[in-house]
Amino acid sequence: MKKTLLKTEGISKYFHDPQTFQVLKSIDLEVRQGEFLSLVGKSGSGKSTLMYLLSTMDMDFEGKLKINGTELTGKSPDFLAQFRNEHIGFVFQFHFLLPEFTALENVMIPALKLRKYPASEIQKRALEKLDILGIADQAHKVSSKLSGGQQQRVAIARALINDPLLIMGDEPTGNLDSVNSKIVFDTFRRLTQELGQTIIAVTHDDDFAAKTDRVIEMKDGRILQPT
Amino acid sequence: MNVNFKIAKTHLLAKPKQTLVAMLGVTFGIGMFITMVSLMTGLNNFTEDLTKIASADIRMYKDITEPRPTLLEKINPNAVTWVHNVKPKNESEKIRNARQIADILRKDPEILGVAPRLTSQVFYNFGPVKLNGSVAGVDILEEDKLFDLNSKMIVGSLSALMTTSNGLIIGSGLAEKLSAKLGDLLILTTPQGITYSMKVVGVFQLGLGEIDNVRSYANIATVQKLLGKDAGYITDLNIKTTNYREARLKAEKIQATFGYKAEDWETANSTLLAGAIIRDIMTYSVSITLLVVAGFGIYNILNMTIYSKMKDIAILKATGFAAKDVTGIFMIQSLIIGLVGSLMGLVVGYILSLLLAQVPFDGGDLLSIDALPISFDPQFYLIGIVFGVATTAVAGWMPSRKAGKIDPIEIIRGI
Repeated sequence: MKKTLLKTEGISKYFHDPQTFQVLKSIDLEVRQGEFLSLVGKSGSGKSTLMYLLSTMDMDFEGKLKINGTELTGKSPDFLAQFRNEHIGFVFQFHFLLPEFTALENVMIPALKLRKYPASEIQKRALEKLDILGIADQAHKVSSKLSGGQQQRVAIARALINDPLLIMGDEPTGNLDSVNSKIVFDTFRRLTQELGQTIIAVTHDDDFAAKTDRVIEMKDGRILQPT
Repeated sequence: MNVNFKIAKTHLLAKPKQTLVAMLGVTFGIGMFITMVSLMTGLNNFTEDLTKIASADIRMYKDITEPRPTLLEKINPNAVTWVHNVKPKNESEKIRNARQIADILRKDPEILGVAPRLTSQVFYNFGPVKLNGSVAGVDILEEDKLFDLNSKMIVGSLSALMTTSNGLIIGSGLAEKLSAKLGDLLILTTPQGITYSMKVVGVFQLGLGEIDNVRSYANIATVQKLLGKDAGYITDLNIKTTNYREARLKAEKIQATFGYKAEDWETANSTLLAGAIIRDIMTYSVSITLLVVAGFGIYNILNMTIYSKMKDIAILKATGFAAKDVTGIFMIQSLIIGLVGSLMGLVVGYILSLLLAQVPFDGGDLLSIDALPISFDPQFYLIGIVFGVATTAVAGWMPSRKAGKIDPIEIIRGI
């Protein structure tokens, strides 16, 4: 049994605009290290909201969130930003690279922010990550000149740069064709199997979900298949 | 390089035109500020120099404008008295023991020189021409120490005055009007009707028409003779201090010590110098207006940049940039705009000042200058850059803070 990386206790979340509405209803969830987990559910089921909570970007909820033994509820925004920087990698549906920067710079930025290594070391590591994703040859292109699939792979490399505990995917293949979807999925698979990376991905794609280690289906703010 | 700075730099370079326009706003404001302040200060300094040509730091004289108390008032100070038709007393303008006072003053370490003077109204007669003017009886060497007369001489020399007892150094305007040349004899007539023949031994030009057109210098003894007064008769003591900016305080002390009226140059020329304050107010109000306009420009451009960078801000925040980092990124941008814009403004201001210094300016009879007086005081360049950067910092603060507060989830969901 691998150790528990992420744990929630009774998370409830309300939206107040336009009227008070409970999006998440007492969610208890445990994620173990090295798990490749997918969150599925219909629109409005609360899966994206849950992911934003788990990623510490939205801390306006009731209940408790613990990642790697660190209690995150009630922490200051600056602490959370630092925590995300160091321990959480993001992959979004719409690639979300900084368009003016090269692929390499995009990958380097979170590490430059963290300042764990000198810039030269960061560049070396960033090139390694790009190489893992097979796009090292595109490193010096401005990111807005890359294709959608390439951009998404750069985004994954960026998510990996600080060796995070956790990678969060928000519909990581939602905007990609089947070829690129497969590349992204295979990359995720490889990361979990070879590097022991933990990944939580929100997805609409049933094929994608079916191939992950564990599928958590959500409906009306609750988890349907508790594991 | 700090990553926030790197991102700020990339943002600025990604839209060079927009960045340049924002910078030019500041450049224009600072450039105009430098130009205006240089011109206005140049003019102020010029006015100040002019007044310094004409008046010593402190002038000591006997003030006879005080009302004269009647005898009745003196005897019954508390009574109600009524005396009709009181006439002023015939008081001498003489400063008693002037030479001794001068000697005492010269020992003061804050005083560089004391020049005794005695002035009389005269008519200059030369051939058929009869001109109104004044003759100043001076100790020419002391006078030179105070007013640097030697450098103002057009022809002749100061020493010639000392060797010629009836010598006269006349103003350039006067010389022109009288067509008097070196060695010519002028007839001077005093209000008392005494006439005296004087020899022109030099011509000076102070550059101030009101003096050059009327004044001449002679030896004290000669003027005393002209007025029929004794050798101790001196009406003015002109005093030069080490720091003319503090002449006012020094004058008060001197007045308290010797009991004669001591007037500093600023009080004596307050009407001329009042213009300086108005010019300063104008300069700063116009410059501040320009900078406020530039500030609004920066505010707008930064707001637009932030609006177009919402996605970037969301991703930065998601990957661990705190609100203060995002605010920092945009503050850096506005400060760079401010700094570069201000520096360009200084250059523009300097060039415009150089050009203005070439603009011909005819002072006419009154002032002898041929171009606009421009000040190149580095102090204003320092003020300019502080001004420029401060304005952009203020203008950039609100949009930057707003950027820091953007909620990344709203942006990511909003797609």
